[in-house]
Amino acid sequence: MLKVENLNVAYGSIHALHDISLTVNDGEVVSLIGANGAGKTTTLHTITGLKGAMSGTIEYDGTDLRKIEPSHIIKLGMAHVPEGRHVFTRMSVQENLEMGSFIMNDKAEIKKNMDMVYEYFPRLKERKKQLAGTLSGGEQQMLAMGRALMSNPKIVLMDEPSMGLSPLLVKEIFHIIKTLHDNGITVLLVEQNAKMALAVSDRAYVLETGTISMSGKASDLLRDDKVKKAYLGA
Amino acid sequence: MGTQVSIFIQQIINGLKIGSVYALVALGYTMVYGIIRLINFAHGDFIMVGSYVLLYTIPIMVACGLPAWTAIILAVTACAAVGVTVEKVAYKPVREKGTKMSALITAIAMSLFLENLAQTVFGASPKPVGTIFSFPNLELAGIKLNGNTMLTIAIGVVMMIALQLFVKKTKMGKAMRAVSEDGEAAILMGINKNRTISITFAIGSALAAVASLMYCASYPQATPTLGSMLGLKAFIAAVLGGIGIIPGAMLGGIVVGLVESLTKAYIGTLTGGVITSAFSDAIVFGILIVVLIVKPSGILGKNVGEKV
Repeated sequence: MLKVENLNVAYGSIHALHDISLTVNDGEVVSLIGANGAGKTTTLHTITGLKGAMSGTIEYDGTDLRKIEPSHIIKLGMAHVPEGRHVFTRMSVQENLEMGSFIMNDKAEIKKNMDMVYEYFPRLKERKKQLAGTLSGGEQQMLAMGRALMSNPKIVLMDEPSMGLSPLLVKEIFHIIKTLHDNGITVLLVEQNAKMALAVSDRAYVLETGTISMSGKASDLLRDDKVKKAYLGA
Repeated sequence: MGTQVSIFIQQIINGLKIGSVYALVALGYTMVYGIIRLINFAHGDFIMVGSYVLLYTIPIMVACGLPAWTAIILAVTACAAVGVTVEKVAYKPVREKGTKMSALITAIAMSLFLENLAQTVFGASPKPVGTIFSFPNLELAGIKLNGNTMLTIAIGVVMMIALQLFVKKTKMGKAMRAVSEDGEAAILMGINKNRTISITFAIGSALAAVASLMYCASYPQATPTLGSMLGLKAFIAAVLGGIGIIPGAMLGGIVVGLVESLTKAYIGTLTGGVITSAFSDAIVFGILIVVLIVKPSGILGKNVGEKV
């Protein structure tokens, strides 16, 4: 479904990603784990075109994403939940969700999607008239995820959804990712919380200072000594 | 006493009239600032462009048997076109490649360019603009109300309500708010940022055209520098209300208009002639200084740190 090959990205003279290659198959949850500054966010930003690449290919359902305007990516069925949530704080919860379906015109379908999001996140329904800026961090994360689901995406890229949340909320967020997986949505997950990420993923890639150092089945990586030592704190 | 009250009310109404002109112009500053964080110093000059379009098209409209105010359609179109062109040609390349400071300097340069271009094309001397509308005077509770003044205020109010509805209710308006708050997130929603910026400039400039109609209805003269002082005061209004905040621009415009009108009327008697009405502009600029010291984020602004 998504195939990245030999991707190179730089910020000025700083070479951030070296020959990154990864694939995400239909229906999979794939996670990209690694330390701060390893290039996880840069990888997602390059896939959705927020950051330009120097070389390499990004192919999604037969389309070369490097040739697509970033604002058109969502029309291809790819939604991106950015790091730090980036909800529209001066808009209500409901308006934020409406923005998520900006590319859609069918009112009935938008309504249907909104009901679906409210089913995933009942808390958002209770607060639909509230300004997003007044929500807690966990609720904002739910809103950011819900907003991404509003466009009927086939694949969702999630950047650090657990960042800054309490352990209880982290559990809730990962539970949602699992539910999305069960419902057939493909997820590319970027996480620092490697333990939780591996637990919900089919496969994973380990990113180290801009290169992929390891990859494989999530269950295998969970048992790998090097991964355990470096990322699982065991 | 009765006449005193009547004069006071007249001054309030005058303040509301010029205040609604300031408010419409301030909206242009604030919308553009909200979306690209740039003070468009050329915005005042869009009013000047509007006034010259009115000057030349009113006779044509009248000759065609149409009412003079229909010239506003051409003024709105021309100003929107100028606004979008200035953005595309001058600001966009600088915004993408340069710093905030170079964009700001480009805006000042654009303002000087438009003023000097107008001077070359139309000449430096003021030219009379034809009568735009003559609304009958009203009398309410013994107070004589100038019909044109009341109409000007009404137009201002209608425009502000319309803009507020547009921004709050329509899809395009919501896209504008989204881009203004978080451009990157807006792109991820599938919003075309550049198109949204163009539309913002078009609307801001169209409001400047309407402001030129309202202004010229009271002061029917077009000059190349008509927009500079008007623009500066509207800029103060936008800062006073909280730059980037749409209701703030409206509030700021009305406040600046009222302060200016009341200062002109009463400062002489209040200070025993020490400060004359000639100081009214100084007092308006004084407001800017006080706001910048006391509450830099403006009346409706929230004190927030610089976004990283």
